[in-house]
Amino acid sequence: MKLVIKDGIVIDGEGFNERADILIENGKIKGIDKRISLNDAISIDAKGKHVFPGFIDMHTHLRQPGFEEKETIKTGTHAAVAGGYTTVACMPNTNPVIDNEIVVEYIKSIAEKEGYCKVIPIGAMTKGMLGEEISEMAKLKDVGIVALSDDGFPIMNSGLMKRIMTYGNMYDLLMITHCEDKMLSGEGVMNNGIISTKIGLRGIPHEAEEVMLARNIILAKSTGAKLHVAHVSTRDSVELIRRAKADGVDITAEATPNNLCLTEDMVDGFDTNTKAYPPLRTKEDVDALIEGLKDGTIDVIATDHAPHTKDDKKVPYEIAAFGISGIEIAFSVVYTYLVKNGLIAIDDLVKHMSIVPSKLLKLTHGFKIGNDADMTIVDLGKEYTVDVDNFKSKGKNSPFNGQKLYGMVEYTIVNGEIKFKNDGNYQLSNV
Amino acid sequence: MIRKDVLGIREMTKEDLLEILDTAGEMKKILVGNKDSDILRGKTVVTIFFEPSTRTRLSFEMAAKYLGAHFGNIEAKTSSVVKGESLIDTVRTIEKMKADVIVVRHNMSGAPHLMAKYLDASVINAGDGLNEHPTQALLDLMTIREKKGLFDGLKVVIVGDIVHSRVARSNIWGLQKLGAEVRLVGPATLLPKTFEKLGAKVYYDIDKAVDGVDVVMGLRIQLERQKSGLFPSKDEFSKYFGITEERMRLAKKDAILMHPGPINRNVELTSKAANATYSVIEEQVTNGVAVRMALLKILCERRKSNEISY
Repeated sequence: MKLVIKDGIVIDGEGFNERADILIENGKIKGIDKRISLNDAISIDAKGKHVFPGFIDMHTHLRQPGFEEKETIKTGTHAAVAGGYTTVACMPNTNPVIDNEIVVEYIKSIAEKEGYCKVIPIGAMTKGMLGEEISEMAKLKDVGIVALSDDGFPIMNSGLMKRIMTYGNMYDLLMITHCEDKMLSGEGVMNNGIISTKIGLRGIPHEAEEVMLARNIILAKSTGAKLHVAHVSTRDSVELIRRAKADGVDITAEATPNNLCLTEDMVDGFDTNTKAYPPLRTKEDVDALIEGLKDGTIDVIATDHAPHTKDDKKVPYEIAAFGISGIEIAFSVVYTYLVKNGLIAIDDLVKHMSIVPSKLLKLTHGFKIGNDADMTIVDLGKEYTVDVDNFKSKGKNSPFNGQKLYGMVEYTIVNGEIKFKNDGNYQLSNV
Repeated sequence: MIRKDVLGIREMTKEDLLEILDTAGEMKKILVGNKDSDILRGKTVVTIFFEPSTRTRLSFEMAAKYLGAHFGNIEAKTSSVVKGESLIDTVRTIEKMKADVIVVRHNMSGAPHLMAKYLDASVINAGDGLNEHPTQALLDLMTIREKKGLFDGLKVVIVGDIVHSRVARSNIWGLQKLGAEVRLVGPATLLPKTFEKLGAKVYYDIDKAVDGVDVVMGLRIQLERQKSGLFPSKDEFSKYFGITEERMRLAKKDAILMHPGPINRNVELTSKAANATYSVIEEQVTNGVAVRMALLKILCERRKSNEISY
């Protein structure tokens, strides 16, 4: 089957930004040229629209196996393609945990059968994510694992963390770390600051992130491990990463649309959809994250898509689940808040959401002849109102609900197949 | 006060506060008189407390009964909610028994706000987590007004475990709205500097904080805070942050001493100070019934005349 994407503005995130046609054949990119005319090809008219290499999310919670009431591989990847993503890396905090080959193979097989996009499981650093014994990293590597994380269960034991880095580094595994000193965050449920003081919610101080980040930087330096910092949220974390990079530490970092665009002020009123880890921080933190994105300190925009049921959130703030469902609006959020406001260029957004994560996950990706035809077509001019009831994700927990955003995903193509097509009413449907 | 619920002092205006205090003054006449009124006849008030309380719960019960309302009480344990019984389901059940006003205390900040969102009945917050305790602040304001008349220029110091105190937060909002100056004093682990951003003055030396004030307000210190390492010992706390007769002499001559109760005698304040003539602690309790009568009256009248904005 041949497919031609006609006359879109093609931005590859690596310097190419021109009107062009893209020819897809047998699931691969066959040509990118000013004008491609073929009689035997199906064509998509992308005039006035933008064509990007598919987004790649380094930080998704698909919840299956174990928490299928929150999300499944099917619904989560459906949400992903609705957001323009063609690959998601799913976090290991499932039940059972992704700490052995069987769970890895299970997820891959379900993704193969039911998934809408490519799924790359992330392995656990410790067995059961219990922070006690290191996982069987070599076996995980053999079934295709490229990155490890204990995500929401940071390794408090520094000796253990050093052993994880030392051992994992033999297999060139990326160490994705959720930086949080649990003793400092204590019973906190939101950012520690003026709003927490006003409304009487216990605060998570910014130091909780920075203390753990500083430790991990020191350990990465001494072990030579490849450290990737998940969801950076504070000003001083950005500075720590900036200095570590200057110091030659092998470190990369991601920030979420939530932390790049929203502040703690939204928590005033106790909307549990604003509850996430890391918590929404202050304007100064947001500004520092954007600055970090601009100067290369922050490498990746990752969603930390964390779907929960309505009941998980329909409780007092203190006991509501941490997490925001966001993969299907992530691009629009960042485009609206950052690109439309002139803070970063659209080319850079594509780089942070597609090209850089593909490299960290060792994927062959992007608009090169012969690569898998993974791409998304977006109408940047189209405005829509976020309605969580239209989410493909089971998680309706979004603080962006009701907001007007720009940049609507029109098509998502995975291996040359149209996996998502917007029918014009944000009633996203499978093709 | 046009809202359906009383969730906090923070969202009230100065006019709201004065309306409530004026009404409470009228209610006090009933309270110290024959305690027989039919203002709330045909109305139903239900209290549901997810945290132990004797005085606040009883105070609401008395307030409802003195005004002729039907009254019910539910014993609730937080644990059953945590175990999966939905808070919203629980209170909607009460509402379906035709409650007009539901009075709630909850150990989690914002729980009454969540309930209010899902109920047509009016919700009165009788204390939520660390957030607010609006009826306590109102009775404190009423007591201060009775003793001092005007709030403008008045200096009030709140002493002790500020960060964990919903009483402190509600008083900070209320006193400032009415024009008083609020000082806060306590150990730094229980009083972060951030409170300055709420407009209060933060002190770590009680003698300086009490100097020249009109009102000294003690707070109950929860002794388990010591176990979590927030202060070293009961003894050190009372020595450096306790309210004593000597320290009361640093305040204005006619200063009053308040405390929301129950008191840990000789911890946050000495027995002598608590029993002294400047102590208005018992009058606060009586005024507590009056302000609760006032809120019930105002809310039920608004419900009747459909002046409520949901």
